Amino acid sequence: MSTGMQTTTSNAAPSQFSLIRTHTKAQLLEQLRIPIAVISSVVFPALVLMFFVVPQSAVTANPIASLASIAQLAVFGVMSAFLFNYGVGVAEDRANPWSSYVRSLPVGALPGILGRAVTGMLFAFMSLLPVLILGALLTSAPDAFTSGDLPWWRIPFAVIVWLLCGLPFLALGLFIGHLCTSKVAVAVTQVVFFPLAFAGGMMLPPLMFPDWLNTLSLFLPSRAARDLSVFALTGEGLEPTTIVCLLAWMLVLGAAAIWAARRDQGRRFR
Amino acid sequence: MTSPSLAPGHTCTTTAPLASAEAVTKSFGKSTALAGVTLQIHAGESVGLLGPNGAGKSILIGLLSGLRRPDSGTIRLFGGNPSNPRTRLRLGITPQATAVPQNLTVGEAVRFVAGHYPDPVPTAQLLMDFGLLEAERKQCGGLSGGQQRRLLVALALVGRPELVILDEPTTGLDVDARETLWRQLRAYRNAGGTLLITSHYLEEIQALSSRIVVIDRGTVIADGTVDEIRSRVAVSKVSFETDLPPSSFLSLPHAVDVTVSDSGRTTVVTQDADATVRELVQRGLAFAQLEVHGATLEEAFLALTAKEQP
Repeated sequence: MSTGMQTTTSNAAPSQFSLIRTHTKAQLLEQLRIPIAVISSVVFPALVLMFFVVPQSAVTANPIASLASIAQLAVFGVMSAFLFNYGVGVAEDRANPWSSYVRSLPVGALPGILGRAVTGMLFAFMSLLPVLILGALLTSAPDAFTSGDLPWWRIPFAVIVWLLCGLPFLALGLFIGHLCTSKVAVAVTQVVFFPLAFAGGMMLPPLMFPDWLNTLSLFLPSRAARDLSVFALTGEGLEPTTIVCLLAWMLVLGAAAIWAARRDQGRRFR
Repeated sequence: MTSPSLAPGHTCTTTAPLASAEAVTKSFGKSTALAGVTLQIHAGESVGLLGPNGAGKSILIGLLSGLRRPDSGTIRLFGGNPSNPRTRLRLGITPQATAVPQNLTVGEAVRFVAGHYPDPVPTAQLLMDFGLLEAERKQCGGLSGGQQRRLLVALALVGRPELVILDEPTTGLDVDARETLWRQLRAYRNAGGTLLITSHYLEEIQALSSRIVVIDRGTVIADGTVDEIRSRVAVSKVSFETDLPPSSFLSLPHAVDVTVSDSGRTTVVTQDADATVRELVQRGLAFAQLEVHGATLEEAFLALTAKEQP
């Protein structure tokens, strides 16, 4: 902040960028102070890797199968971070008198929304790190790169794809958060999260599914996100229908989120 | 200090009100919260907004702070629309109830709010003024009720606002904590700041306001200086034992209300006890055990809001 002469108040008002930074910082601090939220979203995918993947030597001995497991757990972590951060977080904010006070401050809606998006992304990114580290140490996944079969750029590329694959679940979280009270939102998010993750092939690979489950799975956003995530890292297993399915879900859930947010604001601003 | 920064340029302009409501209505479903409120608040004023629960005080504040929009009528803040965030740069507001961010520390919460203003009061200075310096690193959720309330009022002042809106600032505080808050608010007012305070406690309004607006059932029923309003609500109680029905005393001059207690005592609430007693004697109405006592402030206020029923 400059301390120089300021001719009018409005010229000296904090910039939009500085407001975004202020809101992001506050949201990060608030989230990080709840250790269980940090632990559950960061450690959970790593735990699933330890229990479901590492014991299967058939998977860990095969570099490509290892990479597929890592990719599906990575997008699992991203989905979890987005669903919970938005589903439960937004519902809690709506009930919190502090957030209604914050809306009376000289700030529009954007910095708060972006602050939450950055927080969600950061949590999603943090959930990727243990999976990547454990995967590199405990499986044969690095061999695919050291042997020259796969180019190194696939790793940063996959990280970006994973975060993008989380967007339909961000929208689903917004939809839940704007429709439910915080207690209901916790329950609904969990009820939605586990079947989506399992039937989407994020915990066990779809190869192990019976035919009927595989067919059902192909219509789910979690399966599409999983297939695209695996493709991003390994270059294998992408069908054109996967992209169509993910985009369709993105549109449907995005529209639902916008509808729920509008409806909610309408009620609050009545 | 927590004084308003009056930038040169808008102080010399005319007497345009800092905030105004013009024939504002607001309904929720079938219930009417505000039924045509007109009110102007000018620079340097200290306005107490008084009314029973559900009278529409909080709704009016929600409108002035841009959280809600009126169904009809106009709300202006610093000449602009309060829904526009920029209009609210010169407004400071304290939320009702204990709305602190549970997991932020006191210092973080102050710096967060300060980040919205061009020239905020330095955090250490503000915390010192409100006796919160030792609590700077404590999480807000762990503060005592009095500390939370002081923090919320401090937040209203961090942006050096020209108008501060306080919703029930000292509800549930002990005398010491209340005095600390009142001292800070008086300092703000003496430095040229404008205050709008809601309360259902006459005492608090009396301590801080020079003008009182009484609102009931969504309309303004009285608006004047503290003395004017006090003279309107200065009621007394004349009680005695009698065999006559209560209706015989309603026609006494200045009588507002007549009640009969379980023990059989008749009480006349009056705005002028002397005139009422004089007439009581002159009419030769039978009474015994006469007592005259002033009504409490609360009773006076109730008398005012009850009398103005539609």
